[in-house]
Formats: sequence, structure tokens, C-alpha cells
Amino acid sequence: MDVRLTTEQRELRDAAARLADDLGPGSVLDLADDDRAARLEKAIAATGWRTLRSDGASGVEVALVAEEFARGLIDVPFVGPVLADDLYARLTAAGEPAPEGLETAAAGAATVAVDGIAVDAKGLRGLLALEGTQVLAGGVGVTVEGVDLTRLTGEVAGPLTAVGELDAEAALRWHALALVATAADMLGAARGGQALAVEYAKVRQQYGHAIGSYQAIAHLLAEALALVEGSVSVLRHAAWAVDELSAVEAVQAALVAKVYTERAARTICETSIQVHGGIGNTWECLAHVFLRRVLTSAELFPASLEEIDLGLS
Amino acid sequence: MDFRDSPEEAAFRARLRAWLAEHAGEFKASGDDYWHQAGRWHTALYEGGFFGLSWPKRFGGHDLAPVYDVILDEELAIAGAPPRPSLGYLAHGLGRHASEEVQQRFLPGMINGTERWCQGFSEPGAGSDLASLTTRAELDGDEYVIHGHKIWTSYSDVADLCLVLARTDPDVPRHKGVSGFIVSMHQPGVEQRPLKMINGVSAEFGQVVFDGARVPAANMVGKPGDGWKLAMTVVGHEREPSTLGFSARYGKLVRSLAQTADAAGGKVPDDLRWAAVQAEMLRLHVRRRLSEQLDGVTHTSDGSLDKLLMTWVEQSVGHAALAVTGTRDRENLEAYLYSRAQSVMGGTSQIQKNIIAGRILGLPTS
Ligand SMILES: Cc1cc2nc3c(=O)[nH]c(=O)nc-3n(C[C@H](O)[C@H](O)[C@H](O)COP(=O)(O)OP(=O)(O)OC[C@H]3O[C@@H](n4cnc5c(N)ncnc54)[C@H](O)[C@@H]3O)c2cc1C
Repeated sequence: MDVRLTTEQRELRDAAARLADDLGPGSVLDLADDDRAARLEKAIAATGWRTLRSDGASGVEVALVAEEFARGLIDVPFVGPVLADDLYARLTAAGEPAPEGLETAAAGAATVAVDGIAVDAKGLRGLLALEGTQVLAGGVGVTVEGVDLTRLTGEVAGPLTAVGELDAEAALRWHALALVATAADMLGAARGGQALAVEYAKVRQQYGHAIGSYQAIAHLLAEALALVEGSVSVLRHAAWAVDELSAVEAVQAALVAKVYTERAARTICETSIQVHGGIGNTWECLAHVFLRRVLTSAELFPASLEEIDLGLS
Repeated sequence: MDFRDSPEEAAFRARLRAWLAEHAGEFKASGDDYWHQAGRWHTALYEGGFFGLSWPKRFGGHDLAPVYDVILDEELAIAGAPPRPSLGYLAHGLGRHASEEVQQRFLPGMINGTERWCQGFSEPGAGSDLASLTTRAELDGDEYVIHGHKIWTSYSDVADLCLVLARTDPDVPRHKGVSGFIVSMHQPGVEQRPLKMINGVSAEFGQVVFDGARVPAANMVGKPGDGWKLAMTVVGHEREPSTLGFSARYGKLVRSLAQTADAAGGKVPDDLRWAAVQAEMLRLHVRRRLSEQLDGVTHTSDGSLDKLLMTWVEQSVGHAALAVTGTRDRENLEAYLYSRAQSVMGGTSQIQKNIIAGRILGLPTS
């Protein structure tokens, strides 16, 4: 057993982190900066990471990039296209030519639809959806900003057409990857919220001292970091399991990761708001943007305690 | 001990209930409409004879026991009406520290709702550490001239008057050089800068920049240097759910969330059950606290305990709202996001715990 990241995986993570730090929104105001978003879109398109799966990458690579992107509040699509690309890769796995309607997914330019809503749809035209074991394709209609200020959802334009069928196992694995990618997104957003609060606690002074010097604040932030570390561990396992365990086990590992990370991430983001005091409760502070992203990713492919087979009964 | 209404209380409750049945319908209890109608709601309550229940008759109140406020809060919640306008802490502040003339001039308007108020204490650099405030007031003839920047001022955009804390003497220890003023918001030296909360609402609070605003020296609350005592009275009461009149609202929110869960055919999430138990705790806690006031007990540091309890209730109701509808229901999402501010406004939870540890438990400080 050795559950460390490989050198390549660390490099991928660092590259994703750099990109997020360079071009992600550094403030709420930056969210409205279309030039920056366009540069970001170009940079991410050039990496080819949206087609990690069809390029043979594992669930671990997908999770690492998703995490770093959410940490940097990357406001162009990633999780959606990666999941669409995974469906594409599964349909064409046997070396068959791509069925009609799949071309956009191949180019990393499609997202997925869940419950009739195109998620993570900014600037994307195509979409794929998995219903049962059937893969459907369609187009993205009008997009709107919802609860999450960094991602757009879209209408599904027109009827979907069936483009292929997965076997039951492949469908389960896709679901496991979806749980892992959204859990990684929550973890990244939580880490972003935590880092923001740590920085603030070092500079904000009250009663003549940095607020981070007060144990009440220091302990909140220390707890938040422990929650991050717990989440990293369950998530690493789940990300690995997507490809390495049986499909049923992969889903179980992913459910554990998602349920744990959801609770942890929400608490961490609430802590971030609290550490910021009044400012944390204003729109202009990024703390709620992280929280909103966590809430949204929690609801996208939701997981509940009841679904986890804990072997307790 | 009797948790039930006395005959007089029951009669009051019945009268109130009849009045609400007739009038409450036109007032929204949340959202933009609530904010826009807040002033009219205050006036309507006052004219109906239901506002300022425990305040002196000579200022337009009713001289009733504080428990009548509980009855009011409960019935407002049951009727789905907006909560009682929360001015109690300002009224207590003036009642205790202002001269008779200042009380005569300002309390009636505060109670009958013809003049709306806000509280200008916090500054960008002075939040938890309020005594570090730098807004200054300088005497110029029979007026003071005010320069400074206030922030998080609730309802500043609709206020006529602001209770401002400002430094009048920079040369004495910082708690001693602060004075309280009642400043008109309608004058050139007052600039309003709106703030948007994380739930998207802009009507909650704002920033107020005083740049040469003028206030008659006669509008000082108490004497020069009395500002800190005034501030402590005000924030002490601001921490008491019994003064704020919010507590009954939580029970109502819990019941409406249960209806939503029921209508969706789902089961009642554990988060909601827990919120229901917490809301019941607070309902009973407020009854106990207000009854204690009959003995003339005035709560000081105890307000910090009450504030913590109230914060936990509000935030567990927020979590329950998320558990029931997630982010899909806009109002529930906003209620959840708003609940995060409860552990900051009126003094943060960390500060309440410091007060409890130091002043009530007598624990040594480092
Ligand atoms: C919705 C809302 C309405 C408000 N309305 C008003 C109003 O009408 N009028 C008004 O004057 N003010 C108002 N306030 C301001 C409120 O009182 C302050 O926000 C609060 O006192 C905290 O100050 P701050 O925001 O500067 O945070 P800070 O004091 O900077 O605190 C940041 C963090 O540090 C912690 N901290 C600071 N000092 C210590 C310490 N010694 N020990 C441990 N932890 C510490 C805090 O708990 C917090 O987590 C309102 C605030 C909110 C959120």
C-alpha cells in the first residue's frame, strides 16, 4: 500500500493550482470581469483537462483538478465537461466510431444534464445525460446564474436523442465519478474559504492584536483544517476507487466521501464567514461565494447517510 | 409558578388576536415587501394599542409587565405578521441614560413610529473592539460637528435619527472619552453607502459617513463621557431575545418548514426536529427571563447567555431550512444565509463567550 500521489499527479495538481491562482477571480468584483474569464477559458481549453477521461486519466486526476479549480473559484466549466467526456469515453471504449451527436462531448465542449437541467453550462452548446443506462444527447438552451455565482445552469433545448447504452457497471462507475468530482469541488471551495479566513485572521486587528491570536478564532481555523484533512483522505480513496474497485464498492466509497466532505465543507465555509465578522456577511466578501459553491455541488448528485452501507445492522 | 395566562393576559391576547385577524393580512412578514412596509407596520401596531407595551405611559407606552411583550410576539408569529419592530434596546438606552428633556423629545416619536432610528456604533476599525472607535465630535458653539465612518448600521437608509457614538475627548482613557448623540440623518453632512448582505438583501444595513454633520449639544445622551455606559446598556439589551421580540418567529418557521416537508411527501429531517426542540427551549427561556424582570432583575452579562442560545436556535433553524428544501427554495436559502449573521450582530459569539467566561464564571483572563 502506498496512497501518496505520484509525481505526475502532483505536477498536475500544481499546474491546476497555478492556473487557478493566476486567472481565477480574486474578488467578487472580478467575477464580472469578462476579459479575465475569456483568458481563463482559453487557458483551460488549452490544457485539455476537460477530456482527461478519454485521454486515459484516472478518477484521481479528475478529482485533483476539480479540487484546485474550486479552490480558485474557477468560473468556467470543468466538472460538467469532464463527466460528459467520461460518458463519451465509455461509449467509444470498444474502439467503435463515435455515434452521431457525440462529437461535441469529444471536444470537451459538452456538459451533462441532471434532472433536466444542464449544469456547469457556461458557453457550452452540447450536453449528454445518463438515464438508467441510456446515454442521451442534446443541446444547451438559455443559461442563467443561480445560487452559485461561479457557474451557470442551462435549460435543456429541445428533446434529447438516445446515442448509446452503457452496461450497468459502467453506469455505476460514472455515478461514482460524478460523486467524486462534486465532492472534490466542495473540498476545493472549502479550502479556498479556509485560506481566505486564515489570511484575514492574520491581518485584522481588534483590541490591539491580530484576531488570529485569540484562541477562539485560532481554534475555529484549526478545526477547519482538520476537517479539510479528513475530507482529503476519504476523497483520495473514493477517487482511486472509481477505476480500481468494483463498481458497487466505488459508489460506496464515493458516497462516504461526499457525505463526509459535504458536512465538513459547509462547516468550514461557515467558519470562514464567522472569522470575517460583519464583512463576512456581505456580498463583497468571497466567503459566501465559496459557501454557495459548496451548497450547489452538494445538491448536484446528492448523497445521504441512508444510502451508505455501513455494515452496522 | 404558572405558565398559563392570567385572566388579564388572556383578555389582552384575545383582543390582540381579534385585531390581528383584521389588520395583519396586509403586512408581509419577509422579503422586500416586509422592508418597505416596516414603518407602516410599526404605526399600525402602535395605533392599535399594541406597541410599547412595557414602556412608560408618559412616552406613549402602556406601563404593562414585560410578559405582555411575549404575548405580542407569540401572537404576531401565529398570525404570520411581521415581528415587533426591534427598538427596545434603544429605548432602554435612552430611558436609562438620557435627561428627562431628551426623553420627552425623542421617546414618544420612537415608540409611536413617527421617527425611525438606527444605531451608529460600529466602525470599519471598531467592531468587537468598540472602544477603539475614531468618529469624533467637536464642540462648535452650541453644536457638535461629527466626522467619522460608521458601518453595519441596520436600517440606516430609512432612519430619521441615528444614535451615534463619537469621541469627544481624545486625551482621556478610551472608554471615558466617548459620548452618545442623537443625530438627524437628514442633513448634508450625512452620506449613505448601501451594503449588500450575502443573501442578496440591501435593505438590512448600510454605511454612514459623517462629514461635518451637525448635532445640537442638547441632543447628547447624558453627559460628555457617558457614551460607553450608554453603549453597554444598549448592546446588553440588544442581546436579549426578550427585548428583540424574534423568538416566537423561530417556532413559526419550524412549523412552516414541517408543512413544506410534509407536502413534499418526504420525512421530517432530523435537523428540523432538532430546530423545533431548540425553538421551544427559547420560547420557554424568554418566558422565564421576562418573569424574572417582575422582580426588578435587570440582566446584564446574562444577555450574553441569551444571545448565544438565540444564535444557536436561529442557526439550527437555518440548517433545517437547508435540509428541507436545499437551495431550491429561495426564501429558505436566504433564511439560512441570514442566520449566519446572528453570530456576529450585536456582538459576536466569541465575544459573548469571553463575557460569560470572564464576568459570569469569573475565570481568569490571560
Ligand atoms: C446583520 C448585522 C447588523 C448589524 N447592525 C448593527 C447596527 O445597527 N449598528 C452597529 O453599530 N453595528 C451593527 N452591526 C455590527 C456588529 O456589532 C459587528 O459586526 C460586530 O460587533 C463584530 O465586529 P466586526 O464586524 O468588526 O468583526 P471583528 O470584531 O473584526 O471580528 C472578526 C472576528 O474576530 C473575532 N474576535 C474579535 N475580537 C476577539 C476576541 N477578543 N476574542 C475572540 N474573538 C475575537 C470575532 O468574534 C469575529 O469572529 C451589525 C452586524 C451585522 C452582521
